This record gives sequence, structure tokens and C-alpha cells, in this order.
Amino acid sequence: MLRDITLGQYFPGNSVFHRTDPRVKIVLTMLYIVAVFMADSLLSYLIMTAGTILLIAVSRIPLKTVTSGFKTILFIIIFTAVLNIFWTKGENLLFSFGIINVYAEGLIHAGKMVLRLACLLMGTSVLISYTTSPIALTDGLERLLSPLKVIKLPVHEFAMMMTIALRFIPTLIEETDKIMNAQKARGADFTEGNLLQRAKALIPILIPLFVSAFMRAGELATAMECRCYHGGEGRTRMTVLKTKPLDWILLSVFIAYGVGIILL
Amino acid sequence: MKKFIEIKNLNFSYEGDEGERVPVLHDINLDINKGEFVTILGRNGSGKSTLAKVINMILTPDSGELRIDGKNIAAELTDEELMAVRRRVGMVFQNPDNQLVATIVEEDIAFGPENLGIPSAEIRQRVDDALDTVGMKAFARHSPHQLSGGQKQRIAIAGIIAMLPECIIFDESTAMLDPKGRQEVMDTIEKLNREKGITIIAITHNMEEAVRGDRIVVIDGGRIVKQGTPKDVFAKPYELWELGLAVPQVTELFDMLRCLGADLPESVITEEEGAEKLARLLETK
Repeated sequence: MLRDITLGQYFPGNSVFHRTDPRVKIVLTMLYIVAVFMADSLLSYLIMTAGTILLIAVSRIPLKTVTSGFKTILFIIIFTAVLNIFWTKGENLLFSFGIINVYAEGLIHAGKMVLRLACLLMGTSVLISYTTSPIALTDGLERLLSPLKVIKLPVHEFAMMMTIALRFIPTLIEETDKIMNAQKARGADFTEGNLLQRAKALIPILIPLFVSAFMRAGELATAMECRCYHGGEGRTRMTVLKTKPLDWILLSVFIAYGVGIILL
Repeated sequence: MKKFIEIKNLNFSYEGDEGERVPVLHDINLDINKGEFVTILGRNGSGKSTLAKVINMILTPDSGELRIDGKNIAAELTDEELMAVRRRVGMVFQNPDNQLVATIVEEDIAFGPENLGIPSAEIRQRVDDALDTVGMKAFARHSPHQLSGGQKQRIAIAGIIAMLPECIIFDESTAMLDPKGRQEVMDTIEKLNREKGITIIAITHNMEEAVRGDRIVVIDGGRIVKQGTPKDVFAKPYELWELGLAVPQVTELFDMLRCLGADLPESVITEEEGAEKLARLLETK
């Protein structure tokens, strides 16, 4: 059961976005988010939606995968829609029921909000989650933020922590499985009882898991020391990220997209 | 032959729970030559892992001399000197999972050279060479958790080789592996010693592995109690049994045959040799 958890939502492929420099992708995502929030007129909404559809098409991520993300934010979408429908006041009253008045403006506003949220979710997940491996994302973040080292922000340390966390997720999941089986073999029951009882049943899993995680951490630290790790200072990297013409083309396209939405 | 590691009157103790000093190593004297393959044997708690950690300065000795290539490193070292020692004397541990840092095999092998500040193009070259040496080229872009224990341990070895060390210490590196993985790792270690001339210090419980080395050093209670070629050390099995150690199965068999009156004066440590001698014995009968 626990083995099914995938690392992030990375969907391997070879589309334009898969090949884009992770640093550029982070910038593109920020541009995209700003653009989506700046959309106001009907025309700009059309451009926003068209752009998002194009984004999904180019990424070649199956539509089913992209829309599956909706389940998690369905509540927020419905909540926003309901709030907008019933609380927006306008001039064109559609119908009235007791103290509840629904205006045409409210419906339009709700539609816009839902569209915006949907675009935001699909666009960013296609740009970042589905087309960037977690390791590339960490790497991109470290390099993009490296100027912040000047103001003593521990950028390298943060990236190192992310990398190690990603590395140990499968290991610790495997370990959890093992401990669970060991406890089950001694008669532990994780499936019955109320919430509190089930939460209590998890304690005999969590304690050995934590103990072993700390022991692993100690051993890993020694092994890293043996491999001459001494923080980010003076460290070089094997892979050199170089921006390709494609990255610059994408960047200009996104800037044009954002400017278009803001102006129209 | 040139001495690579020289240990003189070395002592080490750690701090116990109540602040008292608990001695672990007593007056260790040991020289290891360049290109030698030394196995360190000893039961649990004998101090063999501690000795390994002292040699590459993960632990600092209390007193005594520890020279690597003539330079005394037991004295105060700057961070750069410490790094230089660890680059020259690499270490591979028992649990392969707890040594790998990155989520991609080749990124992990690059970790050491990256720490040393080596230019990118050269790191790439070293990583490819190291992958080649351990025979894991096909797995360069894999994630470590998809690999078997033996494969993971070979990646850990590759990560050390990429720093171009002169000596590698294996701290029970085969103890957690299945027989196949153990064979893979032992073959890799032997290859490093034979083809690359890397000095090997292998700490192990496994007697079949110990016979592969040039010399065996037996540690008990923090003292070196016995050393010599595998043949010499295994010549008197009962001496090892007294130390809580075993001897290779074939050695034990020959010892029993000898007790039963068979004409087998010499001790035997490898199975091939044993089979040959038995065949000859049967022929003469």
C-alpha cells in the first residue's frame, strides 16, 4: 500500500517543457501566475484560457492526469463559486429567494474565479510538477536563489536537505512497511477501532521509525564527512546548467502572454 | 615496499555516559604497505571499526602516532589537511542505504569530487570511469532505491573511487548483502587492488573473504593479537576459536582430517586448493 506513493508527480517525457532549464521554468511559472492574476477583461480571460490549453497540449501530459489534480481543490473551487454567486451584488437580479439574491454579475464573477483557479492549477502543475523531476527542481531552485547567499541565506543547505529528504523517502517508506509487518506479526491491529484507537496503534510504528531515522542520519553524516563534504563553499557541480535558445524563446513567449493579458 | 600507513603506540578511548574514559584501542602498532590488501578480523566490540575510523580521522586518537605517507596526522590538522586525508583514504560502510546522498546514481558518485571543487568536465570523466570500474554503467541514470544491495554497495564504492583515493577502508561492507551481492562487492574490491593498485583495508567477519587478502590482522580487546598471511593465521584453528572467531570451512575440514590421522601437514584456505589436495590424497590410497 505504501509503495504506491510516487515521488512528487513527475511524469517522464520528452516535450518542450521537459527539456526546459529548471531555472527558466521556475521563472516561467512565476510569470504565468502573475499573468493569470492580472486577467480582467473578457478578452484577457480568453487569452488566459487559450494559453493554458496550449500549455497542456505542448506538454503532452494526458488530460486525465492534468485534471486529476482537481479532486484535491474541488472544495475550494465550489466554496469560491458559491461565495461569489450569493454575495456579489449587481444590477441585474436573476432571482430572489428570501434574503438570498442572485445577480447576473455574481454568476459571471463566479465563472471567472473558477476559470482562473482551474487555469492556475493546471498551468502550474504542467509547468512544474509534471514536467520537472524533483531533483531538477531542487537543483534549479538552488542555482536560481544562489545570489541570496550574499545576504547569508542558507540556499545550499536548504537544497541539500531537500535532496536528502527526496533520497530517503523511498527508504523510509520501505522501513515503515517492514515495521508494520513486524508489529502485525505480534498481533498489532491498524485497521479496527475508532480514530483514536487507530492513532494509538501507530505509536509502535512511529517510535522505531524515528529511532532508525536518527541512526541513519548519524551514519549518513559520517559517510558524507568521509566524502569530504564541508558545506557549499568551494563546491563545484558535475552538471552545468546552460540556457539554450529554446529557453529564451519560451521566456519571450511567456512575457508576451503576460503583457497581452495585462494590456487587453 | 613503501609504507603507506604507519601506526605507532596508538591509543583511543571514548567518553562514557558518566564522563569517564572508556578505552577502546590499546597501544596499536601496525604498518600497511602501499598496494597491500589487509584484512582486519575481530569479534563484535573488539575495536576493529574504531581503528578504521581513526585511520581516516573520523575519530581522533588520544595518543600515539598515525602517519599517512610519512605525514603525522594525529597532530593538529587544518580543515584542508583533514580533507586531503579523507580524499586519500576513502571509506565504505556497512549499510549501503546510509551512504548514498543523491536520488540519481551518477549524481551520487559526483558528490565526492564536487565537494573537492573539481571542474565539471573532469567530474563527468571521473564519474564515467568509476561507473565503468564497478561495472554499473548501465545504471547511471537509475535511482538508488531501484538497485539491489550489492549494486548499491558498488555505487558507494564508485563514489569513493571518483575521489581517486590511494587507500580504501571497507568497514564490514559485505555484512548486509546476500551471497550474490557479497561476491560482486568482493570481486570489485579485488579488482581495485590488483588493477588500480589501491591499498585495501577490509574489516570483516567473513572468513572466506579474509583469505583473499595478503595479510590478516586479528584484533581482540582493542589489541592486535595475531597477524600474518592467511595461511599462517589459519594454521592453528583453535587459536582463532578461542578469540571467538571462525576459520574457513575448508580449513576446519582439513584440521579435522589431520586430527583423524590423515597426512595433510599444511593448512588449506581455499576450496580449490582443498579439492586438489583431497583428490591427490585419494589417488595415493
